[in-house]
Amino acid sequence: MLVALPLLAQFITGILCLILWNRADRQRWISLAGSAIALISAAVLLSAVRADGIHLLQLGSWPAYAGIVLVADLFSAIMVVVTAFMGLMVGIYGLADIDDGQKQSGFHGLFHFMLVGVTGSFLTGDLFNLFVWFEIMLISSFVLLTLVGKRPQIEGGLKYVILNMLASLTFLAAVGLLYSVTGTVNMADLARQLQSITGQHPYLIIALAMMFTVAFGMKAAVFPLFGWLPASYHTPPTAVTTIFGALLTKVGVYALIRVYTLIFSQPAVIEYARPVLLVLAALTMVLGVFGAVSQYGFRRLLSFHIISQIGYLIMGLGLFTVASLAGTIFFLVHVIFAKSALFLVSGIVHRLTGTYDLKRLGGFYRHDLALSMLFFIPAMALAGIPPFSGFWAKFALIKAGLDTGDYWVVAVALFVSMLTLYSMIKIWTYVFMRERPASLQDERPALDRSERWQRWGPAVLVGSLTVVMGLFAGPFFALATEAAGQLMTPATYIAVVLGGGS
Amino acid sequence: MNVLLAIVIGVLFGSGIYMILRRSIVKLILGLGLVSHAINLTIFASGNVSRDGPPVIREGETVLSGSFANPLPQALILTAIVIGLASTAFALVLIKRAYAIIGTDDVDVMNTTEE
Repeated sequence: MLVALPLLAQFITGILCLILWNRADRQRWISLAGSAIALISAAVLLSAVRADGIHLLQLGSWPAYAGIVLVADLFSAIMVVVTAFMGLMVGIYGLADIDDGQKQSGFHGLFHFMLVGVTGSFLTGDLFNLFVWFEIMLISSFVLLTLVGKRPQIEGGLKYVILNMLASLTFLAAVGLLYSVTGTVNMADLARQLQSITGQHPYLIIALAMMFTVAFGMKAAVFPLFGWLPASYHTPPTAVTTIFGALLTKVGVYALIRVYTLIFSQPAVIEYARPVLLVLAALTMVLGVFGAVSQYGFRRLLSFHIISQIGYLIMGLGLFTVASLAGTIFFLVHVIFAKSALFLVSGIVHRLTGTYDLKRLGGFYRHDLALSMLFFIPAMALAGIPPFSGFWAKFALIKAGLDTGDYWVVAVALFVSMLTLYSMIKIWTYVFMRERPASLQDERPALDRSERWQRWGPAVLVGSLTVVMGLFAGPFFALATEAAGQLMTPATYIAVVLGGGS
Repeated sequence: MNVLLAIVIGVLFGSGIYMILRRSIVKLILGLGLVSHAINLTIFASGNVSRDGPPVIREGETVLSGSFANPLPQALILTAIVIGLASTAFALVLIKRAYAIIGTDDVDVMNTTEE
């Protein structure tokens, strides 16, 4: 029952928001209360999973081979906690950032239904059910993205919608073909059956694994299918960009990690997929950061960085050791916090100046030192400067790469890290350090008291987590290593799911 | 039967992808529809299409007996069709809106967010 609580909290909140369609003022309190309950139940779930191992919920009490199961192992539980936390933070930020028109068009309800989809994707133990959660997440995100409905949102939204629909169709085709090979869509059952089938028909299974790689790679914005992301992510309100950047691509990464560590964990498939994933990771990192370096839009530059950071995550998966997966999990959480903090700051800058254009911004270091620090810390964390979280995240991945002897990908990762620092310094110089351009002098009204809390509160909390994860990396790494250990021993997962519970 | 299905699936995939590669957004959506039908048929075919009885447990028995058609792919397809309907409906509204705002259905013109 505990497994379903974070999911139910978001779902019921979404429904309540729909019922109170005309009462945007009440929706906001329900939304915040629902997010808080989801966060508490997610934290309880994480501590329970850490204490007594993988949790299983058989929906309708049907055993795994006949029904749908929800499974929470440590990796799922960590992701559910981060999702609920970001939901709460962006929910608070959205109070100030989302205008009344959008709130009346059902922003709160859509927001929670999207979080239902994300949480469900992390918890499900059934491949077809994962498709359904993906669709719930996507259809809500489609509407959230185009809620403003002006030309940029419609154009960006169109690309986002089409490419994500194509990715879903690829995923669906792969599930159908996998079903014809095995006769099941339960992940644990698939993993068990493929152990023998892969021995007989290795290339059939490798082809299916590649179909999943394409489908999830498209959703995670992996090279070469990332074109939809920089076309759309900078168009909606900042709160929407933040939650998209924090969670949606990461669901793709989660799904990739899940299928490779569980379903396709046979040596024959991994041996084939390893170089493919590493090459994709390197190209994603490099092209993402090249895109970022050439940009002059605050949010567009950060959007390209999402792609580049996805490359690091795929690199950790491609190296395929416990240490590299632990690095990936740590990196995943770190990048969600660091990138979200940067997006939230970009929203505050936009609120104060009315523009995201680096060429028109300037002078914040002199006018607003606190805001400058609020940008500087997560920016340095993203670039991987000690003592912030990004340093340990990158250190773990690079050490794992050196241990397995993949020196070239390590070299690429270090090179990209340098360019990341360069592009962060570019924002720092343009927006904060240089003199304020004369055209920017007509100041917008300063933040009033409540707006200050709503915008600064989440940004400070999320940004300070990059410091906490950097200074106290030990416990976080212990948790990540434990989660990675669970991922790399799929036999336990299979035994729990098919055995009907721990 | 399987051969016939394979040909139909192939034609649907081929024409769907051809439509997706067109520059007009209307054709693009139609192409997505065709591809999603092709995939539904793929799932249908993956459950071994056969002329069998319905998968219903007869009175007085506790398990299925005799030969019966596989019900699971049909359940999967039903879900996929409903989801496809919702996404396509949204996409149609979106392209209508895009046409109203931008005044063209040519995807090559829709690149102002990428400059």
